[in-house]
Amino acid sequence: MALALLSAAFALGALIVAAKAYTPEYAFHAYIFAAAGVAGVFAVVNRYYNREAETPQLIEGKPNYNFGPIKFATLAAVFWGVAGFTVGLVIALQLAYPFLNFDLPWTSFGRLRPLHTSAVIFAFGGNVLLATSFYVVQRTCQARLAGDLSPWFVVLGYNLFIVIAGTGYLLGITEGKEYAEPEWYADLWLTIVWVVYLLVFLTTLWKRKEPHIYVANWFYLAFIVTIAVLHLGNNATIPVSIFSPKSYIVWSGVQDAMIQWWYGHNAVGFFLTAGFLAIMYYFIPKRADKPVYSYRLSIIHFWALIFMYIWAGPHHLHYTALPDWAQTLGMTFSIMLWMPSWGGMINGLMTLSGAWDKLRTDPVLRMMVVSVAFYGMSTFEGPMMSIKAVNSLSHYTDWTIGHVHSGALGWVGYVSFGAIYCLVPWLWKKKELYSLKLVNWHFWLSTIGIVFYITSMWVAGIMQGLMWRAYTALGFLEYSFIETTEALHPMYVIRALGGALFVLGALVMVYNIYMTIRSPRTALMGSQASLAPGE
Amino acid sequence: MNLTSETLSAFAASWGSIYFALMFFAAVAYALWPSKKSLFDRASRMPLSED
Repeated sequence: MALALLSAAFALGALIVAAKAYTPEYAFHAYIFAAAGVAGVFAVVNRYYNREAETPQLIEGKPNYNFGPIKFATLAAVFWGVAGFTVGLVIALQLAYPFLNFDLPWTSFGRLRPLHTSAVIFAFGGNVLLATSFYVVQRTCQARLAGDLSPWFVVLGYNLFIVIAGTGYLLGITEGKEYAEPEWYADLWLTIVWVVYLLVFLTTLWKRKEPHIYVANWFYLAFIVTIAVLHLGNNATIPVSIFSPKSYIVWSGVQDAMIQWWYGHNAVGFFLTAGFLAIMYYFIPKRADKPVYSYRLSIIHFWALIFMYIWAGPHHLHYTALPDWAQTLGMTFSIMLWMPSWGGMINGLMTLSGAWDKLRTDPVLRMMVVSVAFYGMSTFEGPMMSIKAVNSLSHYTDWTIGHVHSGALGWVGYVSFGAIYCLVPWLWKKKELYSLKLVNWHFWLSTIGIVFYITSMWVAGIMQGLMWRAYTALGFLEYSFIETTEALHPMYVIRALGGALFVLGALVMVYNIYMTIRSPRTALMGSQASLAPGE
Repeated sequence: MNLTSETLSAFAASWGSIYFALMFFAAVAYALWPSKKSLFDRASRMPLSED
């Protein structure tokens, strides 16, 4: 009941802010928060009156797993994935055909681009991580997820943050920092949600039956804790007023830049790497029905990543006002990261030893294995690009965009698709996926898409870098900036084609998942249905 | 003692890095400790051996 009152007070507070807001965009956000507060009151009261005497922790001696919030996060991941990929396709087309900006502020590239990055990283990737972490921690601890309302608060609260952040970009509310665009009030809300997430995860670990904590949970925990630290460090802002969306950061100048890229690189390291490595360490052994190749290597992989990743951020600021020693430090640690990254890749791939034939018959496993191969490829490319001499050519060009997408589409995307294809039949208690043939279509459509994407961006990036540094015999720059832009047009068209194939593949996945949940063909026989008791 | 940015960074560059290196080697020693073999063999099957 106290929770319902708190929710009501929150709604009332948000209404007051909405009434006095300096800008209509901010008032709109305050109204969304107020509506969420009111919905929270109804949800809490409803849950209170419909509660059972006590949720049993065990059913027939087996843990009574809580799958409701996981189902929500899985479907949210699929929805945001398609939305985020589509916005990416739109901005790729805008770069090739600028009239697609429509001369409107809300549809301009500058506002859609953060919408795309946040939708794919935080909305798609974030919901995949929420879903898989809540699933894996329950199964490997053989314990029901801690709390009753709190797991729901985490998934719903996180998606509310996504809505606030995303609509904010379209309306022009932004801190203007890469991957950290949301303004102070969205950041505060995320902080509350994240603390609850950490507590739910830790309390579930606390309830575990197995004395040993499985390595995937270490990676999830590192992801949750480090993202909390990064988020607080890079969002130490002071709002102009509680009635204004605008805030200013307490760091200044090059310190601010350093903290931003300490944040930015570790968002890659701990959100897009540690979290998804946890997926690799659970879903690949499970799907291949083979133990982890070397558990010892997985522990060394973990600690080496933790100790090294945190120092690599300065390589985003080569040849800037950042002190030279810091740039060299960032470069050195980036190169050292080769070892743990490739150790982890080998561990993931070798888990298939004795089961390689499954790659031919199981496209879901193939997707996850190719994702680990992309992990190896992009963690080779990344350190190479962090070398100052290479960076002087690659930085600020489309090579960086290509690198990011081989990691994002290939590694994060594929391991997520693989996990979703595994999770949906498990969560909805289905015999199998509706169609493996469609998974195969998804695999090939998006693989060809990724190849188009990264090869065109390599060509575009290297060409751009070489044109920028070309001099004439008289010592003048050979090309004006607009000439380099014109030369990129064919590569931009190919990139958009690659993106379109990737979106198409994701739509095939949506159909397959819908049919898996709905079609009677995938239903379990009556007696088998009780094998994995849920909710 | 006067606490400046220089003294702090000198401390971090000497004792701090020794501390981090020792922590890291402790983690590696834990991973390679011979008597842990049976624990790790069981742990590597944890995703497969649940209910």
